[in-house]
Amino acid sequence: MATLDTPTPAAAPVPATLNPLNRRPRDAGRSAVAKALGYSAMIVAAAAILLPFAWMVISSLKTNNQVFTVPVTWIPDPIVWQNYLDIWARSDMTTWIKNTLILSVTVTVLQVVTGSFAAYGFSKMRFKGRDALFVLYIGTIAVPWQSYMIPQFIMLSNVGLSNTLWAIIALQTFSAFGVFLMKQYFESIPEELSEAARIDGLSEYGIWRRIIMPLSVPAIASLTLLMFVNTWNDYLGPLIYLRSPDLWTIQLGLKSFIGQYNAEHALIMTGSVLSVLPVAIIFLLGQRYFVEGIASTGVKG
Amino acid sequence: MATIAADERSPGAVGPGPDGPRTGRNRAGRKLKLRNTLIGWSFILPNFIGFAVLTLIPVFALFYVSFTNWNVFGAAQWTGLDNYTRLFGDASFQKALFNTFYYSVFHIPLTLAASLGLALLLNRKLRGVAFFRTVAFFPYITSVVAIAVVWNMLFSPEFGPINQFLRAIGIDNPPGWTTSATWAMPAVILVSVWREMGYYMLLLLAGLQTVPAQLYEAARMDGANAWQRFWNVTLPGLRPTMFFVTVMLTIQSFKIFDLILVMTNGGPGQSTLVLSQYIYQKGFVENQFGYASAVSVALFAICLVVTIIQFIANKRRES
Repeated sequence: MATLDTPTPAAAPVPATLNPLNRRPRDAGRSAVAKALGYSAMIVAAAAILLPFAWMVISSLKTNNQVFTVPVTWIPDPIVWQNYLDIWARSDMTTWIKNTLILSVTVTVLQVVTGSFAAYGFSKMRFKGRDALFVLYIGTIAVPWQSYMIPQFIMLSNVGLSNTLWAIIALQTFSAFGVFLMKQYFESIPEELSEAARIDGLSEYGIWRRIIMPLSVPAIASLTLLMFVNTWNDYLGPLIYLRSPDLWTIQLGLKSFIGQYNAEHALIMTGSVLSVLPVAIIFLLGQRYFVEGIASTGVKG
Repeated sequence: MATIAADERSPGAVGPGPDGPRTGRNRAGRKLKLRNTLIGWSFILPNFIGFAVLTLIPVFALFYVSFTNWNVFGAAQWTGLDNYTRLFGDASFQKALFNTFYYSVFHIPLTLAASLGLALLLNRKLRGVAFFRTVAFFPYITSVVAIAVVWNMLFSPEFGPINQFLRAIGIDNPPGWTTSATWAMPAVILVSVWREMGYYMLLLLAGLQTVPAQLYEAARMDGANAWQRFWNVTLPGLRPTMFFVTVMLTIQSFKIFDLILVMTNGGPGQSTLVLSQYIYQKGFVENQFGYASAVSVALFAICLVVTIIQFIANKRRES
């Protein structure tokens, strides 16, 4: 990480030996204290961030009446794996996961293709109206989806898309996010490459497919992971559009499960763990791409 | 290309002689430009059509619907300003408006402070920084439903771990959190800060790394202490990022919805009812699309006005 180029008290010793001002001993002592403080702050913050997740996993491995005990039991005894078998029988988890997977994969693929295609137009082509169009895209960042979900719903209902998975696909695919992320990355690719390809007779579409896309694998990876997770986690879209239970996604399903079995704390935690698990795995495997994607655009969803 | 230019010259030749070739070249250039424009549009269209149909048109349609009494059945009837006059007398709307500001007023500075703190912490030579960055970002990519249900259990007044902890450190009468009208909003704010700080931390961290190291060195030479360095070097260097983060954070706060919907569903009573949720309730639960659209216009206007104010303030500070 590039963090390392900022001088911290810990970085002081080298110049300090040459330093005519006699402040070295105080600095060293202070830097040790600062370091210790830094580490304790980090440990405390990490604990605060992780404890809810830990509690979720631990509770999912308990029997129901062990979830709320005084004092809190941090190690379940016995460890109850049964919840992870029961949940499949007591809920439509399989349907929910299937629907969510269909949506996440379709949306991700469409978003990567149309987003990178549009990004090429915005970053590599020069034509009239381009910048005005891009301003339109940017302008919608300040417009919350909640404020236009009603007319959007009326429109999609009128064409018969409400209560179908298509509604969610339509909703998620065309977000401006993919265009931003890919545009940002495309602009870092030297123009000379495209020029050379043009002289060699490659069409613009050919340049997109053979030169730009292969060079943009990190950006594509970022977009893919962010979109997948975003669609997997989406609650509001499905809540509004997917009314029949056989279309429910994991988030909707989990929510209705909570309502239905509101006293079955352990089982609810099991469902929560299952809904978070795929995202956690994807995140751990590709966290570099998440971080780069977020840092380069600063916009999500 | 050359053949096209030659063809083009014949109509051009009607004009004065010397201009002929130049007009031809212009035409060819224009043709090339047109071709470029067409290709450019062809790249943008697949995404833009979807974007226009699903975002731009609804945004404009919103204003129209807000002047009608549309419900799911039947056609829309133009009712003029009725929906808007109704807003002014609607106590629930005012409650939702108040709660949205209540949430934002605490959520924005708290998240900013927490994420800046984390970013400063990570911007140092410490071991485990990469691991911590992963940890801090994790809540943001976890689903709202799972987060809300876990926190609701943690907040559970009788046997929840949080109140057990509070009792253990000597607070005999810990708050009822999501079951109490007074404490439900603080509970929601706490969870949303916890959830979002990792995201803004990443943005701020990226900004911190653009502050030139020489500036810190120079400040140190001048004898600036840590606090002075933070105030006079870090913060000014971070200003563009801070501005962007504040704008995003503000819009995020005003549109808060899913977390509240799952955690408290606006309750107890209307103690956590916010604008987005009121839109949802009026529109999708009570089918009053016209009135819900008027509430949406209010939300839209608030976001727009606040963003514009922030941009103006930023411009003024820069100059």
